[in-house]
Order: sequence, then structure tokens, then C-alpha cells
Amino acid sequence: MSSRDYILGRIRWSLGRGAMEREDDLSLVERLSQPKANLIPKRGSGTPKQQISLFVKMAKEVNATVSRLKSLDGVPRAVAKYLKDNDLGTAIRIAPHPDLENLDWSKLHTSFGPSAGDDLNGLVMAFAGVAETGSLALTSGAQSPTTLNFLPDNHMIVLKADDLVGDYEAVYARLRRESNSGDFMPRALNWVAGPSRTADIEQTLLLGAHGPRKLHILLVESDGPEG
Amino acid sequence: MSENEKNVGLFVTCLVDLFRPTVAFAAVKLMEDAGCSICVPERQTCCGQPAYNSGDNEDAKAMAQMVIEEFEQFDYVVAPSGSCAAMIRVHYPELFADCPDWLTRAQNLSTKTYELLTFLSDVLHVDKVEAALDRTATYHDSCSGLRELGIKQQPRKLLDSVEGLELVEAEQAERCCGFGGTFCLKFSDISSRITDDKCDDLLKTGAQTVLGGDLGCLMNIAGRMTRRGETVEVRHIAEVLADMCDEVPPISQGKG
Amino acid sequence: MKLNAHNFKENAKKALKDNDLQASLQKLGTGFPLKRLAAMERLPEFEDLRDQARDIKDHTLRHLDFYLEQFESRVVETGGKVHWARDIKDGRKIVYEICEAVGAKTITKGKSMIGEEMAINEYLEEKGLIPIETDLGEYIIQLRNEPPSHIIAPAIHLRKSHVEEAFRKTHTELPKDRNLDAPEDLLVEARTMLRKKFIAADVGITGANFMVAETGSTVIVTNEGNGDLTQTLPRIHIVLCSIEKVVPTLEDCTTLLRVLARSATGQEQSVYTTFSTGPRGETDPDGPDEFHVVILDNGRSRMLGHDTHDMLRCIRCSACINHCPVYQSVGGHAYGSIYPGPMGSVLTPALYGLEKSCDLPNASTMCGKCEEVCPVRIPIPKMLRSWRKKQWEDGPVPTMQRLAMTWWAWWALRPKLYHRVAGWKMRIMGFMGRKSGHIKAFPLKNGWTENRDFPAPEGKTFQQRWSEKGGRRT
Repeated sequence: MSSRDYILGRIRWSLGRGAMEREDDLSLVERLSQPKANLIPKRGSGTPKQQISLFVKMAKEVNATVSRLKSLDGVPRAVAKYLKDNDLGTAIRIAPHPDLENLDWSKLHTSFGPSAGDDLNGLVMAFAGVAETGSLALTSGAQSPTTLNFLPDNHMIVLKADDLVGDYEAVYARLRRESNSGDFMPRALNWVAGPSRTADIEQTLLLGAHGPRKLHILLVESDGPEG
Repeated sequence: MSENEKNVGLFVTCLVDLFRPTVAFAAVKLMEDAGCSICVPERQTCCGQPAYNSGDNEDAKAMAQMVIEEFEQFDYVVAPSGSCAAMIRVHYPELFADCPDWLTRAQNLSTKTYELLTFLSDVLHVDKVEAALDRTATYHDSCSGLRELGIKQQPRKLLDSVEGLELVEAEQAERCCGFGGTFCLKFSDISSRITDDKCDDLLKTGAQTVLGGDLGCLMNIAGRMTRRGETVEVRHIAEVLADMCDEVPPISQGKG
Repeated sequence: MKLNAHNFKENAKKALKDNDLQASLQKLGTGFPLKRLAAMERLPEFEDLRDQARDIKDHTLRHLDFYLEQFESRVVETGGKVHWARDIKDGRKIVYEICEAVGAKTITKGKSMIGEEMAINEYLEEKGLIPIETDLGEYIIQLRNEPPSHIIAPAIHLRKSHVEEAFRKTHTELPKDRNLDAPEDLLVEARTMLRKKFIAADVGITGANFMVAETGSTVIVTNEGNGDLTQTLPRIHIVLCSIEKVVPTLEDCTTLLRVLARSATGQEQSVYTTFSTGPRGETDPDGPDEFHVVILDNGRSRMLGHDTHDMLRCIRCSACINHCPVYQSVGGHAYGSIYPGPMGSVLTPALYGLEKSCDLPNASTMCGKCEEVCPVRIPIPKMLRSWRKKQWEDGPVPTMQRLAMTWWAWWALRPKLYHRVAGWKMRIMGFMGRKSGHIKAFPLKNGWTENRDFPAPEGKTFQQRWSEKGGRRT
């Protein structure tokens, strides 16, 4: 008997039944094919403005920094300023996302693509942001290499306010909606809340464990304040 | 016993019966003052919890059956201990889960069994007592009472009405004292380490008196306190509420 | 690791005298619980989420075969491979064969309790491979060649000086006079050393907090980002998980995630929560070429439908451990199992056999704090009791304890005799302690008077006095 059959057989034996009945099966199949949200904390619901301010507050709580911009065009300038303010040089590795590629990067030394581990700074585009916890959803793909999320010391993420939602469930709904097939999950869906950290040495919180030491969010609001 | 008096069976508990009868007299007084008639069946010893927690379900069942037989005749059954009351209320029905006849009787007893303070507060609606004690005191929440029976506010509310008594909360009032029934015998070192933490936390309040609702925990705390040479007094809350502190020295202490 | 649970008492004695350990435990006992409390207070829905989390796990366990099959077919559809392992031996062999097939030499590893359960590092080392733990805590204890002492903070028992010592001993290529005084220095050194390993590794092994049946995704939760580097950079990603980790949908997983970090560290959410679905696709610029999921049973299917069934709800948050007065006193190593504390005392006998871990179910005051804080409301005391019952019935109870309990029950079931004898005994003990109010020691040594005074009885028993008083009887 294969281990697979052995284990499944043992499970059924312990549960005191054979393989599942067809009818029972159907309700389970439906649970999977039409997923329903469970209780969603109220916290994330609210007007877009409230969601933005909650997002910013929560992100800052987990040691991220946030710049608020009026348009995507302002991203290169804001990135340059952040790099200068933090003394991080002018070189940056950028995700090959059309929204980012088409910007005017003339003031910085840019290159596009995944990271091989020798980049000090990385910039990516968020798929979504979640107000509930101030976290960002990063989806892997041609325009969004996963290595850029973990290898560079300084992680910069552009989030469009339109992509900011109240809760995780809204992100899953959007992933399902935007996909043409059943395979709506990217290879990697990374939820990120702040820069990497550890408390493994004497329970002292230290930022910058193996992943980024800093996380800077560039929040682009078409009608937001500049700065 | 008059007709509108509540017919209460006192489950004395083995520790109170053997070591601190004053607690039971205090319980009797508190309930009589609130209009109950108290009966104490002679055929009672142990609720069976030590056996139950040791995995000896057969003996636990035998003891439970004795308690059920003896106490099911009353309107209410009251014990001056959260842990023994929880044994009857929560665990008797579990114990007889696969024994339908006894299960019904266990459930029946379960619904009318109370720990003393919850009985006074929640059933008899007593919200003040005639008692005085010029002391600062802190209250230790015993685990079973707290987590299995929800005893938290009742003792504090009643203590609030004791004249001269000032209640100060310990930071970790809900933390286990390390007693754990047979645990303190089987794992004496670990137990006393936990008890030390408890003692430190209680002493930090600066209270003169430590109160609680379970004699097991109180004997453990008091025994450790006197071993450490601490002079803080440890008492069962019923002694204070019934104004009977003069009748017996603090637990583990002499007449002074 | 090798199970060392039968030495619990001796281990505990040592632990109580270990000042470094005690200092760490002191910090743990206040740190995590207070943070959890703060997180709970911020989320009014927390208690309801706990109920739902419990229900989701219960539902899944009732249909575990269905969801595992669904999960498997989704993994296959997304290009991954699922391997089923009945036991530790099976699991190790599968992992090794995957490594061998690609000629792997070095392997990076994210934190995985299933990896610990399989003792996968030892096995791969025996086979000539080089597995490297990348979670900072796991890396430290790997260098020190010791097992984890906590399921989410594996090096919690160590002081900074231990870490420095381990680093100086291992990183011999670095200058001897380098400064490692501050925790930051140690972190930077570990980061630098491990960065090279991440990039050079052929295979990355991670655990999984959840497997999502709907999508075939495995989920890891980390704060360091090591898990993501482990699974993104090498050509092969192997996920080690066990049968009870599966959940139906992304939404179900999210409900569990909402209670997981809050219960564990008091964080609203861990820094990195990663859903991995299949290997790198055609257009993906990075990610592993192969995605393997090893699903371990190792006795869990036997727990289903039996006394410890509810334990399979456990999401390994460690709240029960962090709040346990016994764990807080002796730390994780005393338990002699990779799963310490209350959850471990239920799980270890189930996985390794009760006869090898007799003390564990008894090493609890039954205070119930574990159940109070469990995000999926596992009735841990009840299950500890069920192990004690099994012990009592099957034999492995120390003879003295068995005699003592039987003796007590014999008396307790004979009330008349009991009261008569008790009356005498209490009078004698009352007399012994008449001055001080307590008894310092009895002729026979016992656990009580080793560490505490024995409060003396008042003298006459209540039953005697009630009779004398003519109180109401039945």
C-alpha cells in the first residue's frame, strides 16, 4: 500500500467512516469553489480617507516609514529624497513594472529586474495594501520579482491609494476577479508588515534580520497631500 | 427549618473538615444570615478530585456516587472551595459521560452546586456583610474557581463591604500558586518555585493579609510564607466575611 | 532530537538552578503575555475570531481526507509534487531522495517543527549533506548542537554571551579581535555569514503554518525574512508539513492568521506571511524550479477521533507555553521533547508513546491558563487528564503514587471510619503545631515539607465539632 493510501485510510478509519459520501462531498466542494469570508474585523472598514489614515498609522507602528505623493510621477523624486536623507547612495534596483519603468529616473542610477543579492536599494510595486494592519500584498510575476522584496537592504514599495483596501479578504476577492483561470494565485503572495526583525537574542527586538533593514512606503493618492 | 428557607447541603471539603473547621462555620454563618438552613451530611469525605486528576477514574466515580447519593436531596449544595465545587459542577457530568443513569443524577447535582461566594452573590444576592477588619488585604484568584466557575468579582464585591478593609490588587492575582493538588508533592521543587513567584507578587502589594477561596492554595501559600519567614497573614475569605478572624490564627501561624 | 522526556524531573532540577535560564524565563513570562493582552484589547472581535478559528479547524479535521486530497490535486495542478510520509523514517528518506536527485550539497532551512520532529538535519548530515538553519535562533542552537527550547523562540534559554561564544567558535575566518558586545553586532555577523549561504544553497527547506486546500498553497509566517530567502533562492523548495495543517480556503487561513501572531508574540501580524503556490512559472523572473510538499503523519491520524483529537487544532502559536507556570519555571529543555509546555505534554505522548514520556502529562498544576489563552480553545487540561487516565489504566504510574491514591480512596469511601481516624490524627497534628501553627517536618520525608511548612490543623475536625454542637444532619 502506498503511504498516501495508508494515511488517508487511517484518517477514515479514525473518523469511523469510509471515503466521503457524494452529498457531503458537494457541500465541501462548494465551500472550496465559492469561498465565503468569515468574521472580518470592523477596524478596516470605513471611507477611503479613514482607510488611508489607518493604513499609515498601522504601517508606522511596525516601523515602516511612509511618504504620501500626489502622483506616480512624483515617485522618482521621493525615492531620490529618501535615499539622500538616509545616505543610501543613488543606485537602485527596480521591479520591471510598466508603471515604474515609464517614470523619469534620470537623477538616479537605476536598473530593472530581480536581485542577485548585491543591491543596496530595491523598489517594487504593491498589488494591494490592507488598512487593517498596514500590510502590503506583493504578488510575484514578470513585473514583480520576489527577490527584490527580500535581498536589498532597503525595501521601497509604491502603493496606489486605489489599491488600498480594508482587509485581506478584499485582496483575495480581487485576485480571483482579475484572474482568467482557476489559477489565480501568483507563485508567491508576500504579505509584508514592516522591515524584517528578530528577537532571538535575549528577546531584544532588532530590525533588519535577514530581510530588509528598512521599509519605506510611497503612497500615491491622486488627491492626497504632497510630502 | 421554615418553608421559605433554602435547604442547603454543606459540602465541607476534606481540607476544611480536617484543617480549618472555622472556614465551614464561617460558611454556615454567612448562609444562615442570608436565610438558609444548613445541613451537614456525615457521609461525606472527598469530592474525588485527587483521584480524578490522577487518572484514577474508578475511585473518582465511587466517591462521586457517594456525594451524589448524599447531596441530591438538597435545594442547593455549597462548598467553601472553587476547586471542589468545580469538580462537582463541571467534572462529575464528564466522569459519567458514558453511564446514562448516573449522568442524569450528576447533571442534576451539577446545576445546584455552588462555590460559597458565587452562591452568596449570584444566588442569594448578598452584596454586603456585617464584618470589620482593619487591614490591607489582597485577593488570590484560585485557578479552578476563576477559570471553571468564573469567580472574580464576587469576592471583591463582598470584601468591599467589610469595614476597615482596604483591598489592593496583586499584579498577577490570576497566576497559579503552584499547589495543583498532588502536583506539589510530585514536583515539589517546581511547585515551590511557582509558589515563590506567587509569594513575591503578593508581598509586592504590601498587603497585611492574603485572602483566597481555596484552602489548598492558601495552605500552600501560607506554608511557603512561614518557611520563608514572612509575617504576612493568610486566611480564607469566609473567615473575614463572617467576622470570625478572632476565632483562629492565620493559616500556618501560631496564636502569637 | 532524541527524546529525553523520561528525565523530566532531573532536567527540571537542573533548570531551576540555572541562573541564565531563569533570567531568560523571567523575561519571557512577562514579555509575550503582556503583548498578547495588548493585542487582544485592540481587537474587539478577538474572542469571536477564536470561536471561528476553532470551528474551522474542527470542520477541517472532520473532513481531513477530503481536504488533503483537494490540496494534493491543487499542488499537482500548479506544477508541484506531494509526498506522503507515514513516519519520520519515511519523511527523511523522501527529503534525502529529492536532494540526491539534483545532486544537492548545501541546504538552507527555514524554521520547521516538522523538520525538528524528523531530526532532518542530523539525517542529512549523516548522508554527507550540509543543512544550515537560517532562522537566527535556530542557527544559534544548531551551532551549539542543542535542540530548541521553545517552538517559536528556539534560543530563548540563551544569553548574549552564549551566542557570542558560538559565533567566535564557528566563524573562525573573521578577525579574532572583532567587537561582538552588542546584540546588533551579533545580528550583523549572522546576517553576513548567512547571506552567502542563502545564495549558494541548492535546496531550501521550509515548514508550513498552513496548507490551503483551495489553492494548493503552503503558508509560512516569519519575522526575519529567512524563510522567504530560503524558499526563493535555491532551485528546489521542499515544504515539510503535517496532515493537520490543511485548511479549506484563503479566508479560513486568514481567520487563523488573525489569531496566530496575536496569540504568539502579540503582533498584529508577523512581518512576512507568504503563500507559496507551485514552482516558478514561465514568466517568473525568480523562484524555485521545483516545489515539493512532504506531508507527515507520524501518529497524527491515530489521534483523530480519539481522546487527543482536539490537539490537532493546534496552530503552534506557543501561547500555552508562554503562559504556563511550569514552563516559566523550568524552560523547554526540561521537557526533553521538541514540543515543550502544555501543548507538548499532550502531543509528545501521542507522537512518541506515553511510556517514554510518563512525567509530562503530570507536570501541570492544571491551572487551566493554557486553555484560557489557546486561540483555538483546545481543552488542554482535559487532555492531560486523559493521558493520566491511560497511565493509571495501563500501568506506568509509580507504585508509591498508586498506593497513596488507592489508600486515600479506600478511606474516603468509608466515611465513618474516616471521620473517627481523622479526628485522632488531626488532634495529634494540631498538638504538634500548637505553638507555631505549623509543622516543619514529618518523620517521613515528603514533597510538601521539603519546601514549605505544613499548616497545623485547628485540632478537632469540623465534623466532630458539628456533632458536638448538634448541627443539622440528614
